[in-house]
Amino acid sequence: MEELSNLFHGFAVVLQPFNIMVMVVGILLGVIIGVLPGLGGANGVAILLPLTFSMSPTSAIIMLSCIYWGALFGGAITSVLFNIPGEPWSVATTFDGYPMAQQGKAGEALTAAFTSSFVGALFAVIMITLVAPLVAKFALEFGPAEKFGVYFLAFCSFVGMSKEPPAKTVASMMIGFALGAVGLDQMTGQLRLTFGVTELLTGFDFLIAVIGLFGIGEILLTMEEGLSFKGRAAVINLRVVIQTWKELPRYWMTSLRSCLIGCWMGVTPAGATPASFMSYGIAKRMSKRGNNFGNGEIEGVVAPETAAHAAGTSALLPMLALGVPGSPTAAVLLGGLLIWGLQPGPMLFIEQKDFVWGLIASMYLGNVVGLIIVLTCVPLFAAILRIPFSIIAPIILVLCAIGAYSVHNSTFDVVMMMVFGVAGYLLKKCGYPLAPLVLAIVLGDKAEESFRQSLLASQGSLGIFWSNGLVGTIMALGLIALFWPLIQAGLSRLRSIAPA
Amino acid sequence: MTRSSKRYLLGAMAAISVAGIFAPAMAAWEPTRPVEFIIPAGTGGGADQMARTIQGIVTKHNLMKQPMVVINKSGGAGGEGFLDVKASKGNPHKIIITLSNLFTTPMATGIPFNWKDLTPVAMLALDEFVLWVNAEKPYKSVKDFVDAAKAANGTFKMSGTGSKQEDQIITEAIQKSTGAKFIYIPERGGGAVAVQLVGNHVDSTVNNPIEAVAHWRGGKLKPLCVFDSKKLDYKEKIAGDLSWNSIPTCKSQGLNTEYLMLRGIFMSPGATKEQVDYYIALFRKVRETPEWKKLMEDGAFNTTFMTGDAYVKWVATEEKRHEELMKAAGFMAK
Repeated sequence: MEELSNLFHGFAVVLQPFNIMVMVVGILLGVIIGVLPGLGGANGVAILLPLTFSMSPTSAIIMLSCIYWGALFGGAITSVLFNIPGEPWSVATTFDGYPMAQQGKAGEALTAAFTSSFVGALFAVIMITLVAPLVAKFALEFGPAEKFGVYFLAFCSFVGMSKEPPAKTVASMMIGFALGAVGLDQMTGQLRLTFGVTELLTGFDFLIAVIGLFGIGEILLTMEEGLSFKGRAAVINLRVVIQTWKELPRYWMTSLRSCLIGCWMGVTPAGATPASFMSYGIAKRMSKRGNNFGNGEIEGVVAPETAAHAAGTSALLPMLALGVPGSPTAAVLLGGLLIWGLQPGPMLFIEQKDFVWGLIASMYLGNVVGLIIVLTCVPLFAAILRIPFSIIAPIILVLCAIGAYSVHNSTFDVVMMMVFGVAGYLLKKCGYPLAPLVLAIVLGDKAEESFRQSLLASQGSLGIFWSNGLVGTIMALGLIALFWPLIQAGLSRLRSIAPA
Repeated sequence: MTRSSKRYLLGAMAAISVAGIFAPAMAAWEPTRPVEFIIPAGTGGGADQMARTIQGIVTKHNLMKQPMVVINKSGGAGGEGFLDVKASKGNPHKIIITLSNLFTTPMATGIPFNWKDLTPVAMLALDEFVLWVNAEKPYKSVKDFVDAAKAANGTFKMSGTGSKQEDQIITEAIQKSTGAKFIYIPERGGGAVAVQLVGNHVDSTVNNPIEAVAHWRGGKLKPLCVFDSKKLDYKEKIAGDLSWNSIPTCKSQGLNTEYLMLRGIFMSPGATKEQVDYYIALFRKVRETPEWKKLMEDGAFNTTFMTGDAYVKWVATEEKRHEELMKAAGFMAK
């Protein structure tokens, strides 16, 4: 029970008035950062890092981690309201969140998203409190082959879940892989598919693709459909929060599963984005109402948000315990730790107890404070949908452009965003799903990298993907997920034959 | 009190030396808008840590009237950052921190860039490289290590940051010096490299001190030798009785390879002498702060400082050396 007494000591540190103030400021800044597409949590933390140098390391990490929680919460807002994911991990939230907003249920969707985020984070923090050292050891088991296994599983749990014909899903995914391959080949250090255009050196950034495909594409579609948002009837009072809460406990199974997926992805460290996709895919498979996913099912909001937040939170664990950031934001925080003179790694938990447990306590309180802040703002956010389209559309366009620019400070990216916007519109018109394309851009090059690293290590033998229990299990799970529809069909046929 | 008066004295000396070179009537140049500090590498790496520390020092000690903004431009192995600064001719509000990719990226990718396109400012420090193995392994010396690598018959794995960059160049040099063959596995960052070694997924790394020190203190990794001509200066105990100073040089262990990596500052092309001198004076002040000294100690850096012709000459020699190394390894772009 040493952990518990440490934790209470941590609470004492966090509950100093200055630290509470820092916490609230951090959450508010984070929500704003999360709402602005392009200005992700990593950028936000990086920009604000110097502000914290004059604080004590504990106050500083509380502020920065609260910005991070705020950004995790805020990412959901634009996904639900405008179909524009503010953060990579909220892409999956758009699948059901945006249809809900269109049906006038924006308040419900936002409440579900925020509450699930909170549940996911809480689960992850409890895990960090109780089993941190064990989990850190588990993360060490992950070499290139195991990492590839995880990406493979993410892709497999996603293929075949779309309502579009499988061929279109695969085509869309392949376009994503091709776009993901542009730029520097990490394995050989050579440029590929840039055709001598130096702007393409950096490849296609995922955020720019998403802002274009979803944000701009959506505006084009809405313009065609008669310049009106469909979400006008949104109820705007706080009762909606209570009503949604009554409904949420029904999805405890989905929540629990998503928490586990999220923690696993955060620790390994694959990150919040694959966690949210994988969790959505599996929830769709397992849910009784799976067929209705994509038409505004509240469960389709719960699954990705829970997993993303659980992953985002548990991603801090490998950073603290091993010095390996589980997410880009964690990477910037890691830089901060070093500047404050703290050496992340196995010794941190022993030598800097005040700091570590202060941080963990701030995770509990930060998420509670964050939940209260965002929930009270739900009516405010939902009210945005009442603004006429002709006013809101130009504002969204400008925000998208600023977001795209701020990713690399480059105007070329703004042009690329427009190109992606038109492409997104055309793809949607032709019935090609956008999600697999996005998934392939995000994870394609990482999956390729781990695949090639594994093959380098095994000197070309594919056997490495079955070489130990861990990777073998992950790969087997992936294959089951991939062929699940066939397996299911086979099982039901067996069942119908057996009684006869 | 003594520290501030010392800083004042240094500032005054810098001012006098600047004034001595130029006509006294000429006002010294100062930034008139925020200074962009470009990092041609991702967040969390060695260059990133150093640049962000500098930003913190400049802000905390009020060394510059305008803010300093740190921007990562890591695309194309840093090519994005270099091309950006190259394209900002005549904009004195843009500086860039460099690592060895200043040479290796244009050589390996063929992008239109050479360090001569930029204005050299100062060398801040040199980063060391150390040969690391997992602490569970029985190797006590470089000789044991080389013997094991040879016995593995080409299946011995070395991990490092990036492809055709410093870590792989060192690996090539080790192969040449010892005759052992390694499989080189590139990772995205030094932190990930060290963890792969802790998890026993690879057999060795050539991590910079700061990337691996936490695992050394935690008893997971052990250093075998340092790729420098002399032992490191830092004698503070780190793991048990060992300090950076206890690591032998690779040369003394029969591994004839030396490599140091530049952590230096360049600025946009077409900068005037006053502008360069302003930044030199700024970095001299940064080097005097306790935060900088702490960073140098934590990362066991070689604290050589160079400016002007000496710096240009050093960079030119290094470029030549890298060209030879890259050619010998077959890493040059066709």
